[in-house]
Amino acid sequence: MAQIRPNKPRHKAVRYAVPVAVAGVAAATVGLVPALASTGAPDLPKITAEQLVAKMAESDVQHMSGTVKVDADLGLPSLPGGSGGPGGFGGPQGGGHDGGGDGSSGKQADGSGAAPGAKLTELASGEHTLRVAMDGPDKHKLSVVEDASEYSIVHNARDVWAYDSGSNSAWHARSPRSGAAHGGSAAESVTPQKAAQQALDAVGKSASVTVDGTAKIADRDAYQLVIKPKNAPDSTIGAVRIAVDADNGTPLKFTLTPHDGGKPVVDIAYQDVDFGKPAAKTFEFSPPKGTKVTEADPEKLGERGKSGEHGEHGKPGAGGPLGRPGDGALLEGEGPQKALEGLSGLNIVGKGGDWNKVAEFDTGMKGALSGLTGSGAGAGKDPGKGGAGPDAGKLLDSLTDEVKGDFGTGRVVSTRLVNALMTEDGKVYVGAVTKEGLIKAAESAAE
Amino acid sequence: MSRADTATDTATDTAAGAAADTGRAGAGTARPVAPPAAPAPAPGLGAGAGRGPGAALGLFRSELTLTFRRWRSLALLGILAVLPIVVGIAVKIETSDGGSVGGGGGEGPAFISQVTNNGLFLVFTSLAATLPFFLPMAVGVIAGDAIAGEAASGTLRYLLVAPAGRTRLLLAKFTTVLVFCLAATLVVAASALATGALLFPTGEVTLLSGTSVPFSEGLLRALAIAATVAASLVGLAALGLFVSTLTNSGIAAMATTVGLVITVQIVDTIPQLDVVHPYLFPHYWLSFSDLLRDPVYWDHLTKNFGLQALYTALFGSAAWARFTTRDVTA
Repeated sequence: MAQIRPNKPRHKAVRYAVPVAVAGVAAATVGLVPALASTGAPDLPKITAEQLVAKMAESDVQHMSGTVKVDADLGLPSLPGGSGGPGGFGGPQGGGHDGGGDGSSGKQADGSGAAPGAKLTELASGEHTLRVAMDGPDKHKLSVVEDASEYSIVHNARDVWAYDSGSNSAWHARSPRSGAAHGGSAAESVTPQKAAQQALDAVGKSASVTVDGTAKIADRDAYQLVIKPKNAPDSTIGAVRIAVDADNGTPLKFTLTPHDGGKPVVDIAYQDVDFGKPAAKTFEFSPPKGTKVTEADPEKLGERGKSGEHGEHGKPGAGGPLGRPGDGALLEGEGPQKALEGLSGLNIVGKGGDWNKVAEFDTGMKGALSGLTGSGAGAGKDPGKGGAGPDAGKLLDSLTDEVKGDFGTGRVVSTRLVNALMTEDGKVYVGAVTKEGLIKAAESAAE
Repeated sequence: MSRADTATDTATDTAAGAAADTGRAGAGTARPVAPPAAPAPAPGLGAGAGRGPGAALGLFRSELTLTFRRWRSLALLGILAVLPIVVGIAVKIETSDGGSVGGGGGEGPAFISQVTNNGLFLVFTSLAATLPFFLPMAVGVIAGDAIAGEAASGTLRYLLVAPAGRTRLLLAKFTTVLVFCLAATLVVAASALATGALLFPTGEVTLLSGTSVPFSEGLLRALAIAATVAASLVGLAALGLFVSTLTNSGIAAMATTVGLVITVQIVDTIPQLDVVHPYLFPHYWLSFSDLLRDPVYWDHLTKNFGLQALYTALFGSAAWARFTTRDVTA
């Protein structure tokens, strides 16, 4: 048997060193590059918190475009059988009202196709990449970048289009009046600007606002503004950190950390940003041939606009900034979330300042808890299946905790940020407070 | 048992332009006689070719003809050509009653619901459908067979008897596999384009972001996508070549490579292992769809290219280290 071998076997080790070196260099690069990239806080002139807030308020950026990473970990209880996390969150409030509407917010199962509500709701959990573009008050575009597909909302003057390339369907609404309609506000609600605005609105006088150094966000120099609740032992919000562009006062990054530490609940940040004017064709959309187009009912639009307006200032920073189920309500309006979002007519209970606020509303259903058993299961999977079975009971147990107090017996749905309590007599308490704080507030309200 | 210590690549580098073709011609009847090397100093294969780019080019050419004349390769390309036709006809039949694909729920391979709008999307659908399995399988077969197949059929030592050099032989093999990657991708794209243009309307292309571009730009983007898909397979080609240098059984090398493709893709879907996902070579494969956004979203594309370059460097050098130091017994 012939054997051919290299004539210099002593080189063997040397040669194998090459792939090893390649692997070493690669590992070092992977390990070091992020560390290097995140260093270097820019050297900026000192600024007070008031000046910085004023700078944000004065900021008048007319056009921009950029990529936003949204990372939300609200800790929503996950429902078996689907992507119904957000739907589950809406579930208890939806209760016996309208099981079907609830289902539609969790999944795109109904005929609404590309309607924006469901899509924006998905942003409430997990990591998403968005692309935003803005040109004046009348032109907005927001795209959710997905695997091999994209979901876009284009607002151009009076038209709001939503296009889902994955299912090749479009949704169209034509506002009766021009101007930044509901579509625009919904599109903005997941940008750092909007989130920051909502946080500042919620600050009131009960928070400490400080400037905490500088940072480099999306290749731009930024100041870091930190908002912390004061005298709010029950608040689940630890701190809100906003990186503000040193040049034009645009918020570039928004981070909300919970009181008990850990990973941020909400983290919205520009990956890259460009303050130039986006191309005009960015805001043009005409549905391609063969695309299924759903026209929104203009009657309902006015209503939606209203509910949106209330919703924006409704809840004190509670899960405020983004992607909560309520964002769906801005556009969709029909779901039970409207009740949650349009907080007008709600009682604000709970003491100790803005951060301990708890919203109370009456679903008007006595004994709804037993009904919950059915709707809890229906929310995620099959809205038609309303029956309360032993499985549904188990599901309810896995999603909620039973609590007792002056209000009787209730069930608490816990997330990392917002807790909700539904009592036997059909009252629902929602707030960005701890479970204990929620029970306290419910007890004081029950007295 | 006769041992023939023969020229290694180091020896060859000092030797003047080696006549690889002569060696190949004497390699036995199993291998076709290669065309003579280009007489002029043609653009060489780059690094490793050293002196005698003409010889290296000749080696590469003979490898290329050998690969593309094999029935196995032709059958693989044939299957790849048929797949888009099948997909196209299936979509046509399903939507002939005016309905949308999969009830419009966004099921099935990527882009399939847009095929009925524009035949060009059949190119993207076909690439998305073949990229997870058929294309890597074809590349895995060719790459796995590259060295191990020669060893199994007993022709490798004849190749090495010729003073072509091991490094150069490996480079010629790798380049051939790369050409096959491109050819396989283009076959899918061309077949899909023809089918799509025949069965479906063409015209303005609506990109994923909702903006419309003229058909010509759509074609350009399709070409860029085909090139991206081919580039996505480069890391796998290097991996297959490395596996191929480990064994003397062509079948084992092919099976291992294809098995690795499947295993890695399964690992890529297990959420508990998401720490390693960004480092798996198929992880960013579908990033080619980012070329269809407006503006193009480069983040994942550059990650994909970087990852493929890393795999090529790592397994290419490993294959080189292994192949230039191992004893060839067959």
